[in-house]
Amino acid sequence: MPVTKKKTAAKKSNTIKLKFDTSWSYDPAPESKSAATIKPRYDLFINGEWQKPAGNKYFATINPANEEKLSEVAEANTADVDKAVRAARNAYEKYWKKMPAKERAKYVFRIARMVQEKARELAIIETLDGGKPIRESRDFDVPTAANHFFYYAGWADKLEYAFPNRRTEPLGVAGQIIPWNFPLLMAAWKIAPAISTGNTVVLKTAETTPLTALKLAEIIEEADLPPGVVNIITGAGETGAAIVNHPDVNKIAFTGSTDVGKIIQRAVAGTDKKVTLELGGKAANIIFEDAPIDQAVEGVINGIYFNQGHVCCAGSRLYVQESVAKQVIRKLKDRMESLIVGDPLDKNTDIGAINSRSQLETIQKYVKIGKQEGAEMYESSCSLPRKGFWCRPTLFTNVAQSNRIAQEEIFGPVLSILTFRTDDEVIEKANNSPYGLSAGVWTDKGSKIFNMTKRMRAGVIWANTFNKFDPSSPFGGYKESGFGREGGLHGLSAYVSLKV
Amino acid sequence: MGKTIINKSSLRISENGLEKKTSSKRLEVLKTYKIYIGGQFPRTESGRYYIPVNASGKKLANVCLSSRKDFRDAVVAARSAFSGWSSRAAFNRGQILYRMAEMLEGRKLQFIDELIQQDATKAKAEKEVDLAIDRLIYYAGWCDKFQQLFSSVNPVATSHFNFSVPEPTGVVSIIAPQGDSLPGLVSVIAPAIAGGNTCVVLASETKPLCAVTFAEVLNSSDLPGGVVNILTGKPSELASWFVDHMDVNATIYCEKDSITQKMIREKSALNLKRVTFYDKVNWYSGEGQSPYFIMDTQEIKTTWHPVENIAGAGGGY
Repeated sequence: MPVTKKKTAAKKSNTIKLKFDTSWSYDPAPESKSAATIKPRYDLFINGEWQKPAGNKYFATINPANEEKLSEVAEANTADVDKAVRAARNAYEKYWKKMPAKERAKYVFRIARMVQEKARELAIIETLDGGKPIRESRDFDVPTAANHFFYYAGWADKLEYAFPNRRTEPLGVAGQIIPWNFPLLMAAWKIAPAISTGNTVVLKTAETTPLTALKLAEIIEEADLPPGVVNIITGAGETGAAIVNHPDVNKIAFTGSTDVGKIIQRAVAGTDKKVTLELGGKAANIIFEDAPIDQAVEGVINGIYFNQGHVCCAGSRLYVQESVAKQVIRKLKDRMESLIVGDPLDKNTDIGAINSRSQLETIQKYVKIGKQEGAEMYESSCSLPRKGFWCRPTLFTNVAQSNRIAQEEIFGPVLSILTFRTDDEVIEKANNSPYGLSAGVWTDKGSKIFNMTKRMRAGVIWANTFNKFDPSSPFGGYKESGFGREGGLHGLSAYVSLKV
Repeated sequence: MGKTIINKSSLRISENGLEKKTSSKRLEVLKTYKIYIGGQFPRTESGRYYIPVNASGKKLANVCLSSRKDFRDAVVAARSAFSGWSSRAAFNRGQILYRMAEMLEGRKLQFIDELIQQDATKAKAEKEVDLAIDRLIYYAGWCDKFQQLFSSVNPVATSHFNFSVPEPTGVVSIIAPQGDSLPGLVSVIAPAIAGGNTCVVLASETKPLCAVTFAEVLNSSDLPGGVVNILTGKPSELASWFVDHMDVNATIYCEKDSITQKMIREKSALNLKRVTFYDKVNWYSGEGQSPYFIMDTQEIKTTWHPVENIAGAGGGY
């Protein structure tokens, strides 16, 4: 009986399944590597100079799309961190604190412009080092990074307008630790507000994606910033720990996993260090039956497969109203088939390489867990390159709220689909998460949008859109997704203390 | 209202230290000091008590020595009250805070009496009660205004309407200033609830009387039960539970004790509570009140929506 029923339902559907195995293939359109210069080895950028690491240790950074070595970078140890913090302190006391704000602003504007001038090179290096499609680094990461510098530069001499009835003072030396998913953009998110408000910076790049931040160091050198205002160092977790634990650091800004965020919060206990944390997420993306379904499907695809799903605010939990679930899932599967997975440097590529072997293993672990928990897996039928780290766009149906793939952050191109009937039910389910970074809602009804966006406990809510960012728009989480905001007017408070 | 006069001539200290009016013909009815959870006045579930003593050695009362379980019950009450309180109209919250001030004004004498028992001079006691009332009025006025001050419409470069607004963080656990009885207590409760949070508050250990009487004010002020929960007891015993609880979103601590501060920050990492220390605030001065205290327990939510942008339709008419 059930089989017959299924057939009837299929017959009733009046849409035709799209075929993608016809003449719709694209010719390769690779961006040229020759527009970028990568040195064989990078030292640490401390006090305006390129300095050899105290331990004289270097580690390789590879292209995750083919596992070839791109360059090697220095491993900063505690002595290097100390040197960088001292340089930052010195620069803070000697130059940066005293400099008229409008002059500080001009330095930051200068950086913004130079990032724009070198946009193509930065985009190529971002894609080589991190595996993300060149279309994304070219059209999103690099321009948004430049815009962040441009946005915050303008704040430098206007801070008295930002906080009513208060005067602002910089905090001092900011220690900043950034992740590998948006390497240059995260560096910009951290450095731009910090130096515009008069702080100096020691920034550590992620282990697997140091190159664009080092390129940014070259830009900062070229922009002639006073030595030590921005110090950029490379290393792994231990280097980050040395920054967090350094007694002369006044502020820690961290973007990364919730686990590490908690370690940092414990580590700063008993100190006066101020902290902002931008951590993990498991965003609910909700489709109501009255939503424009095709746009919603496009938004869900962008929400989870943008940057291979390496996005803390990725829409990784999809809630579809039961009445349209079948239709949405079919359209999602169709759309997944049309995603081009492969060479990140190809301008037609939609999904590039997974950032590292260890991240690929994490994703594969969760796919296995999902299957074991009884969810149904579906993946795109695309072929994958032989070398490098790859994952097909994947989705799970029949997911239960309690399943680990519905609760834990996977940080990969894996979507968990759940269904609901009523508004109250989906709010309950959406908010039933320790995270609260972002959320999405798709409906054509304005009053429903405001009801949902108001009741969802998350810092960024996209209605009828997803994964949009802007320098003027604050970003950051509720609950275990961290605290503090980056971007916009609200992003300033992370780097100033208020005085009466 | 006429001038307040406290007649102390009839007050005597009895052998057991509790106050009695020996000169009056009828036996005075003593007040049982309870705690305040979910709009109810239970004694502590633990059955424990302690007797705070004032400077002249007088025993103040058999005060509840609240337990971890009392705290957990209070968090449940605060969590249940959160959705209703945070979705009240801001204007309505303002009216309720104003009502709290009205009720406090009406019971001024009782508070002054208790403050004097807790070592304040009459002049100081009057000043403290006046300050507490005025502070409630101050925050009543902020309820529907701070959002306008700390919101923004963000001029994003894409075709989207984008705005950021403050929202309450949730349940706040507060260890009230220990040095005084009333102004400190009101100064930490008012901004948290003005912003739509609910809270669990531990009163001053040595001067708990006004806190319990303040709960009675709250209970007659249209404030829904569970929005403010007040416990009495020892911070040394309860502080760690205040910051351990997984259903608490933020913790406020007002003392300079660096060991407790360290413990609070360490434990806050469990579920990443927002931690605020008010260890340098003088609650008796103008700096003891500002909308920035409200913002300490607020989150910023940013909402995006596309703006139709059809090629050819243009911006003209």
